[in-house]
Amino acid sequence: MLKTNFRLLFLLIFLLIPTPVLAMHIMEGFLPVKWVIFWDLVTLPFLVIGFIRLQKEANRGPGAKLMLAFAGAFIFVLSALKMPSVTGSCSHPTGTGLAAILFGPFITTVLGFIVLIFQALLLAHGGITTLGANTFSMAVAGPLVAYGVYKGLQKAGFNNNVSIFLAAMLGDLSTYMITSGQLALAFPGSSLFLSALKFMGIFALTQIPLAISEGILTVLTYNFLSRYEDAKIWVEKGEH
Amino acid sequence: MRTFTNIILLILVIALIAVPMFLVKGEFSGADELASRVIEKQDPNYKPWFSPVWEPPSGEIESFLFALQAALGAGFVGFYLGYLKGKKEGKNVNGTVGLSKSAKEN
Repeated sequence: MLKTNFRLLFLLIFLLIPTPVLAMHIMEGFLPVKWVIFWDLVTLPFLVIGFIRLQKEANRGPGAKLMLAFAGAFIFVLSALKMPSVTGSCSHPTGTGLAAILFGPFITTVLGFIVLIFQALLLAHGGITTLGANTFSMAVAGPLVAYGVYKGLQKAGFNNNVSIFLAAMLGDLSTYMITSGQLALAFPGSSLFLSALKFMGIFALTQIPLAISEGILTVLTYNFLSRYEDAKIWVEKGEH
Repeated sequence: MRTFTNIILLILVIALIAVPMFLVKGEFSGADELASRVIEKQDPNYKPWFSPVWEPPSGEIESFLFALQAALGAGFVGFYLGYLKGKKEGKNVNGTVGLSKSAKEN
Protein backbone atom coordinates (compact mmCIF):
# COMPACT_ATOMS: atom_id res chain seq x y z
CA MET A 1 0.00 0.00 0.00
CA LEU A 2 2.82 2.34 0.96
CA LYS A 3 4.57 1.43 -2.25
CA THR A 4 1.52 2.24 -4.32
CA ASN A 5 1.21 5.63 -2.64
CA PHE A 6 4.85 6.31 -3.33
CA ARG A 7 4.34 5.56 -7.00
CA LEU A 8 1.25 7.72 -7.17
CA LEU A 9 3.28 10.50 -5.60
CA PHE A 10 5.89 10.08 -8.31
CA LEU A 11 3.24 10.29 -10.99
CA LEU A 12 1.81 13.41 -9.39
CA ILE A 13 5.20 15.08 -9.04
CA PHE A 14 5.93 14.56 -12.70
CA LEU A 15 2.57 15.81 -13.77
CA LEU A 16 2.82 18.87 -11.58
CA ILE A 17 6.35 20.10 -12.25
CA PRO A 18 5.90 23.06 -14.54
CA THR A 19 7.37 23.34 -17.99
CA PRO A 20 8.88 26.79 -18.40
CA VAL A 21 9.92 26.98 -22.01
CA LEU A 22 7.19 26.18 -24.44
CA ALA A 23 7.79 28.58 -27.23
CA MET A 24 4.97 27.21 -29.28
CA HIS A 25 2.03 28.07 -27.10
CA ILE A 26 -0.32 30.88 -27.85
CA MET A 27 0.45 33.63 -25.34
CA GLU A 28 -1.90 34.68 -22.56
CA GLY A 29 -4.56 37.09 -23.79
CA PHE A 30 -3.59 36.66 -27.44
CA LEU A 31 -6.80 34.96 -28.56
CA PRO A 32 -10.04 36.93 -28.92
CA VAL A 33 -12.82 35.83 -26.56
CA LYS A 34 -14.93 34.06 -29.18
CA TRP A 35 -11.97 31.84 -30.13
CA VAL A 36 -11.20 31.17 -26.48
CA ILE A 37 -14.72 29.82 -26.03
CA PHE A 38 -14.60 27.92 -29.32
CA TRP A 39 -11.37 26.02 -28.51
CA ASP A 40 -12.45 25.35 -24.93
CA LEU A 41 -15.61 23.67 -26.23
CA VAL A 42 -13.76 21.68 -28.89
CA THR A 43 -11.18 20.40 -26.38
CA LEU A 44 -13.56 19.55 -23.53
CA PRO A 45 -14.89 16.19 -24.81
CA PHE A 46 -11.34 14.91 -25.43
CA LEU A 47 -10.42 15.81 -21.86
CA VAL A 48 -13.46 14.09 -20.36
CA ILE A 49 -12.84 10.87 -22.28
CA GLY A 50 -9.14 11.16 -21.43
CA PHE A 51 -9.77 11.44 -17.67
CA ILE A 52 -12.03 8.38 -17.70
CA ARG A 53 -9.48 6.33 -19.64
CA LEU A 54 -6.56 7.54 -17.50
CA GLN A 55 -8.34 6.37 -14.38
CA LYS A 56 -9.05 2.96 -15.92
CA GLU A 57 -5.45 2.65 -17.06
CA ALA A 58 -4.03 3.63 -13.65
CA ASN A 59 -6.28 1.03 -11.98
CA ARG A 60 -4.61 -1.72 -13.96
CA GLY A 61 -1.94 -1.75 -11.25
CA PRO A 62 1.25 -0.08 -10.05
CA GLY A 63 3.04 -1.11 -13.25
CA ALA A 64 0.55 0.91 -15.26
CA LYS A 65 1.00 3.96 -13.00
CA LEU A 66 4.76 3.82 -13.41
CA MET A 67 4.45 3.49 -17.17
CA LEU A 68 2.08 6.48 -17.21
CA ALA A 69 4.56 8.51 -15.18
CA PHE A 70 7.30 7.42 -17.57
CA ALA A 71 5.32 8.67 -20.58
CA GLY A 72 4.68 11.93 -18.70
CA ALA A 73 8.36 12.28 -17.76
CA PHE A 74 9.31 11.85 -21.41
CA ILE A 75 7.06 14.80 -22.29
CA PHE A 76 8.84 16.83 -19.57
CA VAL A 77 12.30 16.09 -20.88
CA LEU A 78 11.50 16.72 -24.53
CA SER A 79 9.57 19.91 -23.86
CA ALA A 80 12.54 21.18 -21.84
CA LEU A 81 14.86 20.79 -24.82
CA LYS A 82 14.71 24.23 -26.32
CA MET A 83 16.68 23.92 -29.52
CA PRO A 84 17.99 26.35 -32.11
CA SER A 85 16.59 25.82 -35.56
CA VAL A 86 17.28 26.66 -39.19
CA THR A 87 15.07 29.75 -39.06
CA GLY A 88 17.31 31.40 -36.46
CA SER A 89 14.76 31.06 -33.69
CA CYS A 90 14.20 28.50 -30.96
CA SER A 91 11.49 26.00 -30.25
CA HIS A 92 11.19 22.59 -28.64
CA PRO A 93 9.70 19.16 -29.31
CA THR A 94 6.44 18.10 -27.66
CA GLY A 95 7.23 14.56 -26.50
CA THR A 96 3.58 13.55 -26.82
CA GLY A 97 4.23 10.98 -29.57
CA LEU A 98 5.52 8.31 -27.19
CA ALA A 99 2.54 8.62 -24.84
CA ALA A 100 0.15 8.55 -27.81
CA ILE A 101 1.72 5.33 -29.12
CA LEU A 102 1.73 3.65 -25.68
CA PHE A 103 -1.60 4.86 -24.25
CA GLY A 104 -3.55 6.33 -27.15
CA PRO A 105 -4.47 9.94 -27.87
CA PHE A 106 -7.03 10.54 -25.09
CA ILE A 107 -4.80 9.74 -22.11
CA THR A 108 -2.11 11.86 -23.75
CA THR A 109 -4.59 14.75 -23.82
CA VAL A 110 -4.78 14.67 -20.01
CA LEU A 111 -0.98 14.47 -19.58
CA GLY A 112 -0.49 17.46 -21.89
CA PHE A 113 -3.36 19.42 -20.34
CA ILE A 114 -1.98 19.22 -16.80
CA VAL A 115 1.44 20.36 -18.01
CA LEU A 116 -0.15 23.30 -19.83
CA ILE A 117 -2.12 24.47 -16.76
CA PHE A 118 0.98 24.71 -14.62
CA GLN A 119 2.97 26.42 -17.33
CA ALA A 120 0.28 29.01 -17.62
CA LEU A 121 0.03 29.55 -13.87
CA LEU A 122 3.66 29.39 -12.80
CA LEU A 123 5.71 30.27 -15.83
CA ALA A 124 3.70 32.74 -17.85
CA HIS A 125 3.97 30.44 -20.85
CA GLY A 126 0.85 29.80 -22.80
CA GLY A 127 -2.04 31.04 -20.71
CA ILE A 128 -5.29 30.36 -18.92
CA THR A 129 -7.32 32.09 -21.63
CA THR A 130 -5.48 30.19 -24.37
CA LEU A 131 -5.46 26.88 -22.49
CA GLY A 132 -8.19 25.27 -24.62
CA ALA A 133 -6.50 26.22 -27.89
CA ASN A 134 -3.06 25.11 -26.69
CA THR A 135 -4.41 21.84 -25.31
CA PHE A 136 -6.08 21.20 -28.65
CA SER A 137 -2.87 21.68 -30.65
CA MET A 138 -0.39 19.95 -28.34
CA ALA A 139 -2.46 17.37 -26.52
CA VAL A 140 -5.34 16.56 -28.90
CA ALA A 141 -4.29 17.10 -32.53
CA GLY A 142 -0.62 16.08 -32.18
CA PRO A 143 -1.35 12.84 -30.31
CA LEU A 144 -4.27 11.99 -32.67
CA VAL A 145 -1.97 12.37 -35.68
CA ALA A 146 0.84 10.39 -34.01
CA TYR A 147 -1.55 7.59 -33.01
CA GLY A 148 -3.24 7.50 -36.43
CA VAL A 149 0.07 7.45 -38.31
CA TYR A 150 1.46 4.71 -36.05
CA LYS A 151 -1.58 2.44 -36.36
CA GLY A 152 -1.88 3.09 -40.10
CA LEU A 153 1.76 2.31 -40.84
CA GLN A 154 1.68 -0.80 -38.64
CA LYS A 155 -1.38 -2.06 -40.52
CA ALA A 156 0.35 -1.35 -43.81
CA GLY A 157 3.19 -3.58 -42.63
CA PHE A 158 5.85 -0.94 -42.05
CA ASN A 159 8.82 -1.62 -39.78
CA ASN A 160 8.05 -0.72 -36.14
CA ASN A 161 10.91 1.80 -35.90
CA VAL A 162 9.88 3.55 -39.10
CA SER A 163 6.28 3.71 -37.84
CA ILE A 164 7.33 5.22 -34.49
CA PHE A 165 9.67 7.72 -36.14
CA LEU A 166 7.07 9.02 -38.58
CA ALA A 167 4.31 9.01 -35.95
CA ALA A 168 6.29 11.11 -33.47
CA MET A 169 7.67 13.41 -36.16
CA LEU A 170 4.34 14.10 -37.84
CA GLY A 171 2.58 14.45 -34.47
CA ASP A 172 5.12 17.08 -33.46
CA LEU A 173 4.85 18.93 -36.77
CA SER A 174 1.05 18.87 -36.80
CA THR A 175 0.94 20.49 -33.34
CA TYR A 176 2.69 23.54 -34.76
CA MET A 177 0.62 23.53 -37.95
CA ILE A 178 -2.52 23.62 -35.81
CA THR A 179 -1.10 26.46 -33.70
CA SER A 180 -0.43 28.41 -36.91
CA GLY A 181 -3.96 27.69 -38.13
CA GLN A 182 -5.48 28.78 -34.81
CA LEU A 183 -3.63 32.10 -34.94
CA ALA A 184 -4.53 32.62 -38.61
CA LEU A 185 -8.24 32.05 -37.84
CA ALA A 186 -8.09 34.62 -35.05
CA PHE A 187 -5.94 37.10 -37.01
CA PRO A 188 -6.75 36.60 -40.70
CA GLY A 189 -5.80 40.14 -41.76
CA SER A 190 -6.72 40.58 -45.42
CA SER A 191 -6.33 36.89 -46.31
CA LEU A 192 -6.73 33.83 -44.12
CA PHE A 193 -4.43 31.85 -46.40
CA LEU A 194 -1.59 34.39 -46.35
CA SER A 195 -1.96 34.78 -42.61
CA ALA A 196 -1.70 31.00 -42.13
CA LEU A 197 1.42 30.95 -44.28
CA LYS A 198 2.99 33.69 -42.15
CA PHE A 199 2.39 31.84 -38.91
CA MET A 200 3.51 28.54 -40.41
CA GLY A 201 6.67 30.29 -41.59
CA ILE A 202 7.41 30.93 -37.92
CA PHE A 203 6.15 27.82 -36.17
CA ALA A 204 6.16 24.97 -38.69
CA LEU A 205 9.40 25.84 -40.47
CA THR A 206 11.29 26.23 -37.20
CA GLN A 207 9.87 22.91 -36.13
CA ILE A 208 11.03 20.70 -39.02
CA PRO A 209 14.51 19.78 -37.68
CA LEU A 210 13.08 19.54 -34.15
CA ALA A 211 10.35 17.19 -35.34
CA ILE A 212 13.01 14.95 -36.88
CA SER A 213 14.91 15.00 -33.57
CA GLU A 214 11.73 14.09 -31.70
CA GLY A 215 11.13 11.18 -34.08
CA ILE A 216 14.64 9.81 -33.51
CA LEU A 217 14.54 10.29 -29.71
CA THR A 218 11.15 8.56 -29.51
CA VAL A 219 12.46 5.56 -31.46
CA LEU A 220 15.55 5.33 -29.21
CA THR A 221 13.48 5.57 -26.02
CA TYR A 222 10.87 3.04 -27.19
CA ASN A 223 13.60 0.56 -28.13
CA PHE A 224 15.39 1.04 -24.83
CA LEU A 225 12.12 0.47 -23.02
CA SER A 226 11.43 -2.65 -25.10
CA ARG A 227 14.63 -4.27 -23.88
CA TYR A 228 13.15 -4.66 -20.41
CA GLU A 229 9.41 -4.34 -20.75
CA ASP A 230 7.12 -5.59 -23.46
CA ALA A 231 6.01 -2.19 -24.74
CA LYS A 232 3.79 -3.91 -27.29
CA ILE A 233 1.56 -5.04 -24.42
CA TRP A 234 0.83 -1.42 -23.57
CA VAL A 235 0.32 -0.49 -27.17
CA GLU A 236 -2.08 -3.31 -27.91
CA LYS A 237 -3.86 -3.97 -24.63
CA GLY A 238 -4.46 -0.36 -23.70
CA GLU A 239 -8.09 0.62 -24.15
CA HIS A 240 -7.51 3.39 -26.60
CA MET B 1 25.16 -3.46 -34.41
CA ARG B 2 22.11 -2.10 -32.62
CA THR B 3 24.29 -0.05 -30.31
CA PHE B 4 26.13 1.23 -33.37
CA THR B 5 22.84 2.31 -34.99
CA ASN B 6 21.78 4.04 -31.78
CA ILE B 7 25.05 5.99 -31.62
CA ILE B 8 24.63 7.10 -35.26
CA LEU B 9 21.07 8.24 -34.46
CA LEU B 10 22.23 10.20 -31.41
CA ILE B 11 24.96 11.90 -33.44
CA LEU B 12 22.29 12.82 -36.00
CA VAL B 13 20.19 14.48 -33.27
CA ILE B 14 23.20 16.45 -32.04
CA ALA B 15 23.95 17.51 -35.62
CA LEU B 16 20.35 18.66 -36.11
CA ILE B 17 20.78 20.94 -33.10
CA ALA B 18 24.36 22.07 -33.70
CA VAL B 19 24.22 22.81 -37.42
CA PRO B 20 21.62 25.62 -37.22
CA MET B 21 23.48 27.14 -34.27
CA PHE B 22 26.72 27.45 -36.23
CA LEU B 23 25.48 28.00 -39.76
CA VAL B 24 22.46 30.25 -39.25
CA LYS B 25 22.83 33.82 -38.12
CA GLY B 26 19.86 34.49 -35.90
CA GLU B 27 18.87 35.76 -32.49
CA PHE B 28 17.50 32.35 -31.54
CA SER B 29 14.66 33.95 -29.66
CA GLY B 30 11.47 32.02 -29.01
CA ALA B 31 9.09 31.37 -31.89
CA ASP B 32 6.23 32.82 -29.82
CA GLU B 33 7.91 36.24 -29.72
CA LEU B 34 8.06 36.29 -33.52
CA ALA B 35 4.40 35.27 -33.64
CA SER B 36 3.32 38.18 -31.46
CA ARG B 37 5.07 40.52 -33.92
CA VAL B 38 3.07 39.03 -36.79
CA ILE B 39 -0.13 39.45 -34.78
CA GLU B 40 0.71 43.14 -34.34
CA LYS B 41 1.05 43.47 -38.11
CA GLN B 42 -2.10 41.50 -38.91
CA ASP B 43 -4.26 43.42 -36.48
CA PRO B 44 -2.55 46.56 -35.15
CA ASN B 45 -5.58 47.37 -32.97
CA TYR B 46 -5.51 44.08 -31.06
CA LYS B 47 -4.65 44.43 -27.40
CA PRO B 48 -4.05 41.28 -25.33
CA TRP B 49 -7.00 41.29 -22.95
CA PHE B 50 -5.50 39.17 -20.19
CA SER B 51 -2.03 39.05 -18.62
CA PRO B 52 -0.24 36.12 -17.06
CA VAL B 53 -1.27 35.53 -13.44
CA TRP B 54 2.35 35.17 -12.35
CA GLU B 55 5.67 35.47 -14.14
CA PRO B 56 9.09 34.16 -13.10
CA PRO B 57 10.81 37.26 -11.62
CA SER B 58 13.93 36.86 -13.78
CA GLY B 59 15.53 34.90 -16.59
CA GLU B 60 17.62 33.11 -13.98
CA ILE B 61 14.55 31.87 -12.12
CA GLU B 62 13.11 30.73 -15.41
CA SER B 63 16.33 28.87 -16.24
CA PHE B 64 16.26 27.30 -12.80
CA LEU B 65 12.76 25.96 -13.32
CA PHE B 66 13.70 24.87 -16.81
CA ALA B 67 16.76 22.93 -15.60
CA LEU B 68 14.72 21.44 -12.77
CA GLN B 69 12.14 20.21 -15.22
CA ALA B 70 14.73 18.58 -17.47
CA ALA B 71 16.54 17.02 -14.50
CA LEU B 72 13.41 15.56 -12.93
CA GLY B 73 12.04 14.30 -16.21
CA ALA B 74 15.32 12.65 -17.18
CA GLY B 75 15.74 11.43 -13.60
CA PHE B 76 12.46 9.56 -13.68
CA VAL B 77 13.10 8.15 -17.16
CA GLY B 78 16.44 6.82 -15.86
CA PHE B 79 14.90 5.53 -12.63
CA TYR B 80 12.16 3.68 -14.49
CA LEU B 81 14.46 2.07 -17.05
CA GLY B 82 16.84 1.04 -14.25
CA TYR B 83 13.90 -0.35 -12.25
CA LEU B 84 12.77 -2.42 -15.24
CA LYS B 85 16.29 -3.72 -15.85
CA GLY B 86 16.65 -4.73 -12.21
CA LYS B 87 13.21 -6.31 -12.17
CA LYS B 88 13.97 -8.34 -15.27
CA GLU B 89 17.33 -9.54 -13.92
CA GLY B 90 15.76 -10.25 -10.53
CA LYS B 91 13.16 -12.43 -12.20
CA ASN B 92 15.89 -14.44 -13.91
CA VAL B 93 17.61 -15.07 -10.56
CA ASN B 94 14.36 -16.03 -8.85
CA GLY B 95 13.58 -18.31 -11.77
CA THR B 96 16.82 -20.21 -11.20
CA VAL B 97 16.25 -20.41 -7.45
CA GLY B 98 12.71 -21.68 -7.98
CA LEU B 99 13.96 -24.31 -10.38
CA SER B 100 16.67 -25.65 -8.06
CA LYS B 101 14.19 -25.73 -5.19
CA SER B 102 11.73 -27.83 -7.13
CA ALA B 103 14.60 -29.96 -8.33
CA LYS B 104 15.51 -30.63 -4.67
CA GLU B 105 11.94 -31.55 -3.84
CA ASN B 106 11.93 -34.04 -6.66
